[in-house]
Amino acid sequence: MTSLILRTGARVLMPLLLLFGVFLLLRGHNEPGGGFVGGLVVAAAYALHSFAFGVAAARRALLVSPRRLTASGLLLALGSGLLGPAGGKEFLASLWPAPEMGIGTPLLFDLGVFLVVIGVVLTMTFTLFEEL
Amino acid sequence: MNRLVLPLVIPLLTAIILLFAPRKALWQRWISFAGSIGLLAAAIALFLRIERDGIAVLQAGGWRAPFGITLVADLLAAMLVVAAGIVAVAVTATSFAGVDPKREASGYHPLLHVLFMGVCGAFLTGDLFNLYVWFEVMLVASFVLMALHRTRGQLEAAFKYVTLNLIASSVFLTALGLLYGGTGTLNLADLSTVFRGREMGAFELVLAMLFFSAFGIKAALFPLFFWLPASYHTPPAAVGAVFAGLLTKVGIYSLIRIFTLLFRDAPPGVYTLLLGQALCTMIVGLVGALAQRDFRRVLSFNLIGHLGYTSVGLALVTPAAMAGSILYILHHILVITNLYLVSGIFLRLRRTTQLAELGSMYRERPLAAALALIPVFSLAGVPPLSGFVGKVALLRATLEASAYWTSAAILVVGVLTLLSMGRLWEASFWKPAPNPEKAPLNRVILLPIAGLSAATLAITFAAEPLFTLALRAGEQLLRPEAYIEAVLYGGARR
Repeated sequence: MTSLILRTGARVLMPLLLLFGVFLLLRGHNEPGGGFVGGLVVAAAYALHSFAFGVAAARRALLVSPRRLTASGLLLALGSGLLGPAGGKEFLASLWPAPEMGIGTPLLFDLGVFLVVIGVVLTMTFTLFEEL
Repeated sequence: MNRLVLPLVIPLLTAIILLFAPRKALWQRWISFAGSIGLLAAAIALFLRIERDGIAVLQAGGWRAPFGITLVADLLAAMLVVAAGIVAVAVTATSFAGVDPKREASGYHPLLHVLFMGVCGAFLTGDLFNLYVWFEVMLVASFVLMALHRTRGQLEAAFKYVTLNLIASSVFLTALGLLYGGTGTLNLADLSTVFRGREMGAFELVLAMLFFSAFGIKAALFPLFFWLPASYHTPPAAVGAVFAGLLTKVGIYSLIRIFTLLFRDAPPGVYTLLLGQALCTMIVGLVGALAQRDFRRVLSFNLIGHLGYTSVGLALVTPAAMAGSILYILHHILVITNLYLVSGIFLRLRRTTQLAELGSMYRERPLAAALALIPVFSLAGVPPLSGFVGKVALLRATLEASAYWTSAAILVVGVLTLLSMGRLWEASFWKPAPNPEKAPLNRVILLPIAGLSAATLAITFAAEPLFTLALRAGEQLLRPEAYIEAVLYGGARR
């Protein structure tokens, strides 16, 4: 697909979508939002990029492979669960080193979800595009 | 750290490491195998502790039940987690004999471990919504495992499998919505206190039947089993082995949990229904098995038939019958997994499992035949092997409960199984094969089969202590006060 409108539109929308994804992730702790929707928005941004510039370009723009992204997300989520027992609390217990800034294990967990969603959705999208 | 969480953390961690590790086959296989060993070790440690100290509870995040998600392990759950660990070790060991390279490169090993995590999660959870989540984890992982590297037949099978299982999931979810709307809790122990002594009205009966249908589809019980023979014979032997060994057992396990905790005071009609359906499952499954001409399809129908045995205990609600069913579940997990692995030998040697194409094993490969002899005749219930032990325990329980029709059905189905397995043995091991073997056999594949056969023999020789254990587990199930006490008042930390 080589539409000039699509490519220009994608170039403008891409940073906005990425920012919006991160905004949703950070907003998610107390208000509607969270890692899952945030991840979907970011994945949609890269899907748009692959529509406009091709899958190879989208893979390059992603910097890491979706497989790595999924694995890192799982690791973050699992790690946030294991920090509880490491600090003498239950598995998945919330720890708040800086509560006034909203920084704690729930954010870490959400970040993991965010990465897993991006990784998994893009694995599927890229595979489908490459088979088209 | 609480040992309860290890059977979930270890498979997840293994999957993560596998995703990060180089995609070279050897790396993936060794990490996968090591992860399974870790899972089995954690399961055994958990079992030993529960056997000694009683029910263990973990309140995730420190949120007390019924507000948070509770993980809880009683004897039944712990025994099943150990069985899952044994299956995991055996199945990941078969990959040393070679896996389809395309499948291996596209995430076969991590997905297997995600599946193991789902199974262990379903066994260990004390929360119904959490159970739903674990079901979905299993469904997604198993669907991808089935559809990876598609042939036409595999894709068709995967489609049927996922459609029918999604229907089951939506029924389950509907039931959860109703239940939560009606009671305001989804914690099993809390629900049990809510339902205690409650009149079984229309609401409760509808719920019971919704759960019954949802888990009945998952467990492939009588009128709802059609997806199983349509799909289980298509994936590679190792994947089929995990599915057959573990997935349907999770359905049975969930039925046991629901009916021992929530619907303890159900009217006798419900139990008659359960019993009738167990008997139909047994008979239809075995009659179906006799009509099949393919090694793996014979196994699929035998699997269905024997799932009937495992739900008899649920229907009779006596500790002895429950113990018989538990013993049968444990035996069946090991034996059916082993038989699917045996079908892998045929797939390698002859590229097919059509019974007409098989044969000559007994003469040409005596070692493989000798190893396969144990699971085949254990499933058939030939004394003194483990299937016989399970059947005797069940039969005695039905006689004690004066359920003579059930006893008769157990005996008839026992004979049918013997017939089915005898034919299987004759066709695939004894008779001369029509064609020579197409490929050499990598002998590594015999190791997990030997291991599982040894485990079957161990059940045979340790029948007495195992039965005592199963009886204790059965009593724990039928007197859930200890379970409720441990979950609700056992304190947030143990």
